[in-house]
Amino acid sequence: MGMNLSVDLGKLKLQNPVMTASGTFGYGKEYSEFVDLNKLGAIVVKGLSLKPRQGNPPPRIVETPAGMLNAIGLQNIGIDNFIKKKLPFLKQFHIPVIVNFFGDSISEYIKAAGKLNETKGIHALEMNISCPNKQEGWSIFGTDPKVTFKVVSEVRKVTDLTLIVKLSPNVTDISLMAKTAEDAGADAISVINTLTGMAIDIKTGKPKLANITGGLSGPAIKPVAVRMVWECYKTVRIPIIGMGGIISAEDAIEFFLAGASAIAVGTGNFINPEATMDILEGIKSYMSAKGVKSLKKLTGAVRC
Amino acid sequence: MNRLFKATVTDNKQIKKDHYLLTLHPFKKINRPEPGNFFMLSVDSSLDPLLKRPFSMHRWLGFDFQILYRVAGKGTGILSKRRPGDLLDVVGPLGNKFPVAKTHDKIILIAGGLGIAPIFSLAEKLKKNKHLLFYGAMTKEELLCIDELKSLGIEPVIATDDGTLGYKGVITDILKKFLTQNSKLKTQNYLYACGPKPMLMALSLLARKYDLKGYMALEQNMACGLGTCLGCVVNTVDGYKRVCKEGPVFRIEEIVWE
Repeated sequence: MGMNLSVDLGKLKLQNPVMTASGTFGYGKEYSEFVDLNKLGAIVVKGLSLKPRQGNPPPRIVETPAGMLNAIGLQNIGIDNFIKKKLPFLKQFHIPVIVNFFGDSISEYIKAAGKLNETKGIHALEMNISCPNKQEGWSIFGTDPKVTFKVVSEVRKVTDLTLIVKLSPNVTDISLMAKTAEDAGADAISVINTLTGMAIDIKTGKPKLANITGGLSGPAIKPVAVRMVWECYKTVRIPIIGMGGIISAEDAIEFFLAGASAIAVGTGNFINPEATMDILEGIKSYMSAKGVKSLKKLTGAVRC
Repeated sequence: MNRLFKATVTDNKQIKKDHYLLTLHPFKKINRPEPGNFFMLSVDSSLDPLLKRPFSMHRWLGFDFQILYRVAGKGTGILSKRRPGDLLDVVGPLGNKFPVAKTHDKIILIAGGLGIAPIFSLAEKLKKNKHLLFYGAMTKEELLCIDELKSLGIEPVIATDDGTLGYKGVITDILKKFLTQNSKLKTQNYLYACGPKPMLMALSLLARKYDLKGYMALEQNMACGLGTCLGCVVNTVDGYKRVCKEGPVFRIEEIVWE
């Protein structure tokens, strides 16, 4: 049976809706023994900044019921090293390479986006305005609509690549943030980043993470993420990439029904390095069993 | 080669109060694990615990392999209840290995507590070489593999915190005594160690004082074991390094302890 799994994200066409969430799939190579990268919808690489960053002190991760907290602190090799050392490997595949990036200031966002825009082999940009593990008032990029509008619209001016904005769930009204990103020129939104959380060792009385707080991910956050995708779907016309605790095809389908056009697997890759492929196969089986010929028919099809 | 595989539990034996020896039979031929390598194991398929857990390779049996572990929390508690015939998802072998050069014919092995798990595999591999093993634990009841070590012809120097077997005290103090009393030991010796953080910190100081070189295997919380989550870093003289990828074995002098 001919089945159409393709997804449109701005100018970008994906062969299927299964993507990798930034920071959970390295630069692709690390998972290439488990996953035929050519079978993914797109690969989203670990978040990059203009200069390399060493990240937070350990301990950086702690497991919590059905989830994990992380406070990596955006450790990365920097854009130049990525282009020189990691991108050549990714160029051999025919799937889109989406680069997640961030800056410490609006001017850094603009410089980073400009540099990535000029680089061959990069097909879309995902702007991280929502990492919970950065200090110094950085969170305003993802939580203050005025600042969000400013930074997204400035980046929009310097790139003609598909521009995805990754939203923070740590806000009162996510649909307002989605609308702001859309108005500022985003082609798509990623919903959601991690939720700020905290865990304490009751034996020592100290926080379990050196950074004190971290971002919660994994199945524990899935209902929150599904609700937020649904709220965004009702508000914006641009496509939504749903993410937050997806570890199975059933999880992915919930996100489609709530309004996602594509999905990303994050913590699920840690649990099962072949998760993306298992999820893709499961989506096909579901569509086949339900007689759904085009994936687009599932997006937002929840019957409320 | 895809290092994800299913394995059958063939044995899961309680060897001391909280210590178990797990024998796994992989469904496919896996890469031969070397001393220092580790495996990520799913203790079950539930959402809590969610992540795989890292365990160092204890013994390679040619096709099957063994993991030595202590029940320390929820995950290992569930693992201790797995029975022969149960299936586990495993990724591995992962990480680097103890780099044993042929020229290092004088070797001192140091194990603290469950650190004996990888140190035993190294001792087994080195059996033809001359080496000394210093082995410390809290109490006699937590000393593992003593008979197996004897069958390899190794008579470990033992210390227990409570003095129930061997010297009373911590193993690094006993090692220090040996080093000061036997000047020959100080030269051309390589240290290979695994154990709790306080032991490794004391060993680092000792190595600096006596100008000894060597390696130690570290442990750290990790989510993927594949180098992508960046959760398991340790501080080194060259900045943060991943225990799962650049480690778990590091040069003693390279680790910066807080």
